[in-house]
Amino acid sequence: MEKIDRNRVTLEVDGITHRYGVRRVLTNIGFDCQSGESICITGHNGSGKSTLLKIIAGLLRPIKGDIRLSIAGQDIDSESHRKHIRLVSPEAELYDDLTGIENLEFLTRVSGMKMSHTQIESYLDRVGLHNRGNDMYGAYSSGMKQRLKLAAATITRPELLLLDEPTSNLDDDGRKVVYEIMDQHKADGILIFATNENDEVSLGGRIVTLG
Amino acid sequence: MSLWVNSVIALVVKDVRCELRTRYGLNALVLFAIITLVVVGLTAGQELLSPSMHASLIWIIILFSSMQALASSFIREEESRTAQTLRVFAAPSVVFVGKLVFSILLLAFLLVILIPLYIVLMDVSPQSLLRFVLCMALGSFGLASATTIIAAMVSKATVKGALFAVLSFPLLLPVLLPSIAATEIAFKGGDEMWGYLKVLIAYPIVVITLSFLLFEYVWNE
Repeated sequence: MEKIDRNRVTLEVDGITHRYGVRRVLTNIGFDCQSGESICITGHNGSGKSTLLKIIAGLLRPIKGDIRLSIAGQDIDSESHRKHIRLVSPEAELYDDLTGIENLEFLTRVSGMKMSHTQIESYLDRVGLHNRGNDMYGAYSSGMKQRLKLAAATITRPELLLLDEPTSNLDDDGRKVVYEIMDQHKADGILIFATNENDEVSLGGRIVTLG
Repeated sequence: MSLWVNSVIALVVKDVRCELRTRYGLNALVLFAIITLVVVGLTAGQELLSPSMHASLIWIIILFSSMQALASSFIREEESRTAQTLRVFAAPSVVFVGKLVFSILLLAFLLVILIPLYIVLMDVSPQSLLRFVLCMALGSFGLASATTIIAAMVSKATVKGALFAVLSFPLLLPVLLPSIAATEIAFKGGDEMWGYLKVLIAYPIVVITLSFLLFEYVWNE
């Protein structure tokens, strides 16, 4: 992956409108942000938080509106957004039949990166899974799965990190790990997360309320 | 380019590793092939079958044994909710080529088991083993190339199995008919095989090129 200036990443979300069938979930949503900023998306159930994150991640095409990502002053075409964005979502699972280490090895290699075993283990340490790397992902508890998903999303050092309900299924220790990772990412990238937890909303520099 | 190849290899290794641990597709593939072969052997093994009958039988066994396994690679990604992760991490071209290579490996495995068993159980020997293997390999390659894009298309549908069979049939006929004809010639001998082999070479080239162009839309929409 090419070396980029992480201090100059900007994201523009412009007039996003989306609907499922006849039900409109997002109407003309817009905001922009740059490296070092974090945005908390909040709103009642069904207000379109997850949908908005999926649209920003390029997993869903909005019926109207545009997502523009630029790095070091250069616009990134929408096909290449994938290289710079990672999404942690309850709807995106890792592989039950691979161990924690194998999952991370696979995801780094398939996204075009090379990472040593030591580096992968250090990421597992970071999320508190240091002794469980050789266990099958399918045997993890829901909290451990959430931690591994977070490690998978951050190991490739994305410029834009999207977290959908980042602390769901986590105990207090797990929440602390997530908050640390969010803080670290905020320092040099863009962080956008969706939550309904009142004590997490304040972690966002700005708040976008949907619905 | 080497990073892209590495990504494809990573996906194939992951699929092989998961397959060896769960035997989700392999069991269906081998069991169906052996059961069908035994039934065919018991009912028709004593008869003196014509080369065209042998060619038809062997391709019917290959087709029906491989259907479920070939569809499974994409269906499993959707059902286990890993497809979204793969969409975020891997380029569509990597996913298409990785899944195609995995399908080819599955069919190669099927052929390695099926061909010797068929020759022994049905007491038949092709005039030219090399030509016979060539027909099998090219036909299977065509089968894998067409079913990869269809598997991606049906993986999000509700009735995946039935839809896969229905969509596959018209797309697979152009590869099945020349495969059967070429295999018949390999059994009985003759020089007119080249025409069929040309079709078997051209078919996957056309299908893979079109699939490669369409895959990103099929995968992301």
